[in-house]
Amino acid sequence: MCLSGWVGARFPHAQPTVRASCSAHAREGGQLLLGSVWGQGKTLTLGYGPRSLLNRGPGLLACRPQRLGKIAEYLRSRPRRSQPSGRCRRSSDLCLILVEFLPLESATTLCLPESQGRVLSFAAAKRDTSFCLIYSKNQLSWTLQIKPWVFHEYRIMWSKSYRMTFACLNTMKSYRYPWTRLYSTSRTTVDSSEVKTFLALAHRWWDEQGVYAPLHSMNDLRVPFIRDNLLKTVANHQPGKPLSGMKILDVGCGGGLLTEPLGRLGASVIGIDPVDANIKTAQRHKSFDPVLDKRIEYRACSLEEIVEESTETFDAVIASEVVEHVIDLETFIQCCCQVLKPGGSLFITTINKTQLSYVLGIVFSEQIAGIVPKGTHTWEKFVSPEKLESIMESNGLSVQTVVGMLYNPFSGHWHWSENTSLNYAAHAVKQEHPVPAETETEELRAQASTNSSVHEELKK
Amino acid sequence: MAALLAVSRCGPAPIAAWKGPLVPCRRWAGAPADTVYDVVVSGGGLVGAAMACALGHDIHFHDKKILLLEAGPKKVLEKLPETYSNRVSSISPGSATLLSSFGAWDHICNMRYRAFRRMQVWDACSEALIMFDKDNLDDMGYIVENDVIMHALTKQLEALSDRVTVLYRSKAVSYTWPYMLPVADSSPWVHITLGDGSTLQTKLLIGADGHNSGVRQAAGIQNVSWNYDQSAVVATLHLSEATENNVAWQRFLPSGPIAMLPLSDTMSSLVWSTSHEHAAELVSMNEENFVDAINSAFWSDTNHTDFVDWASSMLHYAVTFLKPTKVSARQLPPSVARVDAKSRVLFPLGLGHAAEYVRPRLALIGDAAHRVHPLAGQGVNMGFGDISSLVCHLSTAAFNGKDLGSMSHLTGYETDRQRHNTALLAATDLLKRLYSTSATPLVLLRMWGLQATNAVSPLKEQIMAFASR
Repeated sequence: MCLSGWVGARFPHAQPTVRASCSAHAREGGQLLLGSVWGQGKTLTLGYGPRSLLNRGPGLLACRPQRLGKIAEYLRSRPRRSQPSGRCRRSSDLCLILVEFLPLESATTLCLPESQGRVLSFAAAKRDTSFCLIYSKNQLSWTLQIKPWVFHEYRIMWSKSYRMTFACLNTMKSYRYPWTRLYSTSRTTVDSSEVKTFLALAHRWWDEQGVYAPLHSMNDLRVPFIRDNLLKTVANHQPGKPLSGMKILDVGCGGGLLTEPLGRLGASVIGIDPVDANIKTAQRHKSFDPVLDKRIEYRACSLEEIVEESTETFDAVIASEVVEHVIDLETFIQCCCQVLKPGGSLFITTINKTQLSYVLGIVFSEQIAGIVPKGTHTWEKFVSPEKLESIMESNGLSVQTVVGMLYNPFSGHWHWSENTSLNYAAHAVKQEHPVPAETETEELRAQASTNSSVHEELKK
Repeated sequence: MAALLAVSRCGPAPIAAWKGPLVPCRRWAGAPADTVYDVVVSGGGLVGAAMACALGHDIHFHDKKILLLEAGPKKVLEKLPETYSNRVSSISPGSATLLSSFGAWDHICNMRYRAFRRMQVWDACSEALIMFDKDNLDDMGYIVENDVIMHALTKQLEALSDRVTVLYRSKAVSYTWPYMLPVADSSPWVHITLGDGSTLQTKLLIGADGHNSGVRQAAGIQNVSWNYDQSAVVATLHLSEATENNVAWQRFLPSGPIAMLPLSDTMSSLVWSTSHEHAAELVSMNEENFVDAINSAFWSDTNHTDFVDWASSMLHYAVTFLKPTKVSARQLPPSVARVDAKSRVLFPLGLGHAAEYVRPRLALIGDAAHRVHPLAGQGVNMGFGDISSLVCHLSTAAFNGKDLGSMSHLTGYETDRQRHNTALLAATDLLKRLYSTSATPLVLLRMWGLQATNAVSPLKEQIMAFASR
């Protein structure tokens, strides 16, 4: 027999009554709840129970333990038949519970006081899966991490109690767990459907064969494009770190897909993105590599917020797959121009606004083939290279190259092309001498900051 | 109070979606910030050491950390021994180019090597022969002792010691593979545990640890392999008279091919693949009998039958009629006078091919990926070919700032090399099986095939080009 467990987390502002929450779960066919844990203003409810008791309301549990000891006590006190047939054995060693996660706004780490002991973690194999981690050697110490992933239910097969070896994870079904509807979290900042789609995908940035596979393979074009054009401005470069000494800003960095290769090439990169979950994903991913950790910095903000403090500090600004999500392109380009040093480069990759891009880019890619998640792009926001060029020229950026990119969905690779009617990349250089109409841009900037007209939508 | 619940149920569960053994990657609580190596090469043989040299020399790897793990001690060669070693390799021009690209070939040239310009391959059961040579009599390949190559590579590694670290006497005992998907707080790197208990982390692990590769077994990669019922006997021979000795000789006997490779004007190296019993007999017999056995293996015509001879002369007339310009007559190899004492050794032969050369953060090169019969002299050359391909892919990846363990360029390497290696392995296996019989139909078939191939020089050139890549 298998056991399944889960964790539900919610962010109440008032302290929830545990009993009420338990009964609600039981009613909805939930499973035995063991208890909830408090910490740092967030509640964690630990659920555990044998699968055979699903869909029955086994009775309520109310305990607010900060100790798993109470949970064990509770379990021991339950009648035999409600326990898994393997018997609920007390083990002084390992307690393994696989948990499932609810979609949450952000990754949360709960640390209980008196944190000791070892934490073991392991992950699920499939996409869209959450992942679990709980272990506790002594009852006072455990750390739990919750990731904002779509909910799935898992079946676990227990192995020996003293050693955790393997867990066989099968996705049974995916469904929204009842209690997400019970407690609408008021901590969410942006509540649009795009946020939800995006958040559900926030953990998938680094799956190279996943949803973002086209973006990963676009690096094969973008990185050489940026690298070669930047190297043209330098007399000689260090082998192994061609971009060392350069400061680069990656606007709308997402999970850091483009930021990390640039960091590996020696540049010091700042990646900004308005979505916090993306920044967290990116931070976590780069934290394992000590070299990248030093070279890359991530900030969850929008471009306007850093314009003031970082005027003319960057050798290059990269806005890859961003301008088709921006509301006010003119102001965006102005801000990019402001943070660039004179002679600095602006790199933009985006999608052209043509009939072909509607057919292939929206209808085919999103709706038919599913290459791009639905709702990522809106055709009205696509920018043609001519329009982009005129905006850039009027802001004092001289356009050096515009070149088309073509994606082959069968091979998964991108190619350069003469044809810019689908995707294209543009490189512009900020001119050395100041832009003549200085006063006009200042007015525009003032307008922009007062009515916050520029707020970047989420990029895919 | 002891809290915890554990319900033990079934035994360890079968692993479903993972391609390898699933071991949970522990969070190293309180572990210091270990260096994360960019590349660790496991196995410091000919191919492993050459891989480390090539990477250390590559310009895009200048700021990367490379580590070579070798289980044996460091072999220092103060001066070149007078006697030749009995293990030699035939180095193709492509491999020589690779070795010279990172400066090891110069060390070899300063020690000793022998270039050969022609190769004659003929059958014991018929008159058919094939003679390979380049039109302008360029070097077809080089015979170099394995110890000499190893010493050159060690010297080169010392020169690159600021980029490549070599750990001698370190054997990896276990490996921990990263998860397929990024998972919070579990390290995305490969963890290697050494015999002394220390651990290393690396972004890419290259397995170059021979045909019983521990890396390949730990990764659970399937290996298609079988043992030939043959062992190879190697020895160092003294020729009866000094000759120019720039020809490599190979004769296919029904028991297996015998090859004589030139080492110097008066010495040659012997590689004789034959059945286990015969090999044991050869190694243990006294020197005179051994020398007689070698000479008669190369010279005697006992396996010829009249019918086959007649058939071959027919084809020969036909060929000379159609293509009268080039006539290759069968030459006989030099005769052997003595054998170096204690240079007779035997080792078993087999074929092996890994079903996958790469996994995320893992690549196999050399004998770990493929093991071949020495009849074509291609074993180490395939390994060097793997090195050139992998270094090319890794170099481009490093210059593009890619994560070195990413499957996108590793699969490029795998496709590249599997195509080449599978063809060569299949051809070598086919030749071995074809020539291990003396049944007349097959003898006729192979005789005609050999004579026809000999007559068609573009085909010969293609074969030579394929083998020397």
